[in-house]
Amino acid sequence: MTTTLAFLSEFADGIEFIFSSRESNTGGVQVGGSQLLDLLWEHLKLSGVAVVISCLVAVPLALWLGHIGRGELLATSVANVGRAVPTLAVIAFFIAYLGVGFTNVALALVLLAIPPILTNTYVAVRQVDREVVDAARGMGLSAVQVVRKVELPMALPGIFAGIRTSVVNVVATATIAPLGGVITLGDPIINSSVYGDAGRLGASIVVAVLAVGTELVFAGLQRAVTPRGLKLQSGDAPRRRPFAFPKRRIQTSP
Amino acid sequence: MTIQQLMRRIGVVLAMLALTFALAACGDDDEAAQPAQTSGEEKSAKLIQSNPDNTAQTVTIGSKNFTEQFILGEIYAQGLQAAGYKVKKQLNLGSELIAFRSVKRGDVDAYPEYTGTALTSFFDVKTDDIPKDEQQAYEQTKAGFAKDGLTALPPTPFTDANAVGMTKARASELGITKISDLAEKAGDLTLSGSPECRQRTDCKLGIERTYGFKFGKYLPVELASRHEVLKKKQADASIVFTTDGQIVAEDLVVLEDDKQLFPPYNVTLVVRDETVKAAGPDMPKVIAQVQEGLTTEVMQELNSRVDIDKEKPEDVAAAYLKESGYIE
Repeated sequence: MTTTLAFLSEFADGIEFIFSSRESNTGGVQVGGSQLLDLLWEHLKLSGVAVVISCLVAVPLALWLGHIGRGELLATSVANVGRAVPTLAVIAFFIAYLGVGFTNVALALVLLAIPPILTNTYVAVRQVDREVVDAARGMGLSAVQVVRKVELPMALPGIFAGIRTSVVNVVATATIAPLGGVITLGDPIINSSVYGDAGRLGASIVVAVLAVGTELVFAGLQRAVTPRGLKLQSGDAPRRRPFAFPKRRIQTSP
Repeated sequence: MTIQQLMRRIGVVLAMLALTFALAACGDDDEAAQPAQTSGEEKSAKLIQSNPDNTAQTVTIGSKNFTEQFILGEIYAQGLQAAGYKVKKQLNLGSELIAFRSVKRGDVDAYPEYTGTALTSFFDVKTDDIPKDEQQAYEQTKAGFAKDGLTALPPTPFTDANAVGMTKARASELGITKISDLAEKAGDLTLSGSPECRQRTDCKLGIERTYGFKFGKYLPVELASRHEVLKKKQADASIVFTTDGQIVAEDLVVLEDDKQLFPPYNVTLVVRDETVKAAGPDMPKVIAQVQEGLTTEVMQELNSRVDIDKEKPEDVAAAYLKESGYIE
């Protein structure tokens, strides 16, 4: 019982850290509260840059590979290798061989973000109904038109599934960036001597909320980009609302 | 082995050859002028005598988990062993909080701790309030440990404090020897250090407040990269520790802390009260003796043998004790 309460009070302390600033444990600076906004901004900037670059690299490459139906080995190996290498090791590698700073850390995160996007896009393109593609060709569409008007729209839900996985990964992993010269929301988590346990917990809560939030936003985007035809195909999808409680019908007459 | 290490080794060999020739040359005409060479008599006076009374007493020496601590743990352990104690080693206790708990609980009987660390981490002293005087910091640490049933033995000569390091080349290019020299140029300079350093009063924040200037940029890196950023010219100055082996090995200079900002971090061996009582007078005597020669320069050299030449802490400690004439 007491341990539960102790945990709750620590938790409350962490929440308080998010909303109001206080003097650091070692003294001399104000931490928490509005100071977190700077960290949040840097965090979002780093994650955003990393995700945009990895999309620009991975999506066109995977679309093309998927279209010509080659490179399945490449697409799947990249994903598997990418998952086998721990992010911390990638960051350490970059710091050791390229040096620290925004660009290098962003590049390390790009390496982390590419595999899910690449694989998902590739698979999504390959899963587009072959008969539809054949029909499009039969109507005289050029290769570029097939990609743009048929394969890309039909693969969009899959592509966004990949991006969504990557974004959440990147947002969560950007917490280790302070070890590479970029001061993100990981700062309070890494420096508990300055921020104290409340800071560590508070920043962790912010990062967790941020990750869940981006997950939801991208889930919404994924739904939004799904062509209406695909929604119809999968049955009652358009009518189902996210997070809606089933309506209880009130019988007005016997 | 990198080229630099190879060059260093060759350098050491050449220096030893030169010394041999020099000694041979000055030879027998003036024997008194050889302070480096300990005479037989002096050596046996320094030699730690094994006392049969001590053999019944087992002492477990602990240490935290980084190079300097491993070396110190080994030096204390091997010294006590030479005095006849049965010594067990637990040289990988992790962070200071774990080490502190272990010695309080009796999992280890003693471990080396830094005065500054003990005051801030265990006794809730704000970094600003740590006495700048080494002896005073030690007295305060000792009083703190006494409340937990622990005795802090007298401190080492060296202090492993924070310091501003630069490459010799960069420092002479800018004409800087002490921290206050940075004042005029700091706006164009990048300082590097651990992520937490940015907001600590015994680190960047303190430098800027005490010396009254601001660095143009701060580059946080993980602790292990603190010398590399200088070598790669990603930073002009970096927060290093005064006993880092890289200072000698990589041609760094430590800027003089002319306004006495950085608190002292001397090492004191923290021993359980009952162990002190049971071990008798030989223990504090041996500890004082083996750490007498541990100046900041000597500690840099010992650390560099482990960190850069990749020797084992055990062997480095033994070599130090032998060279000093404490063991044979």
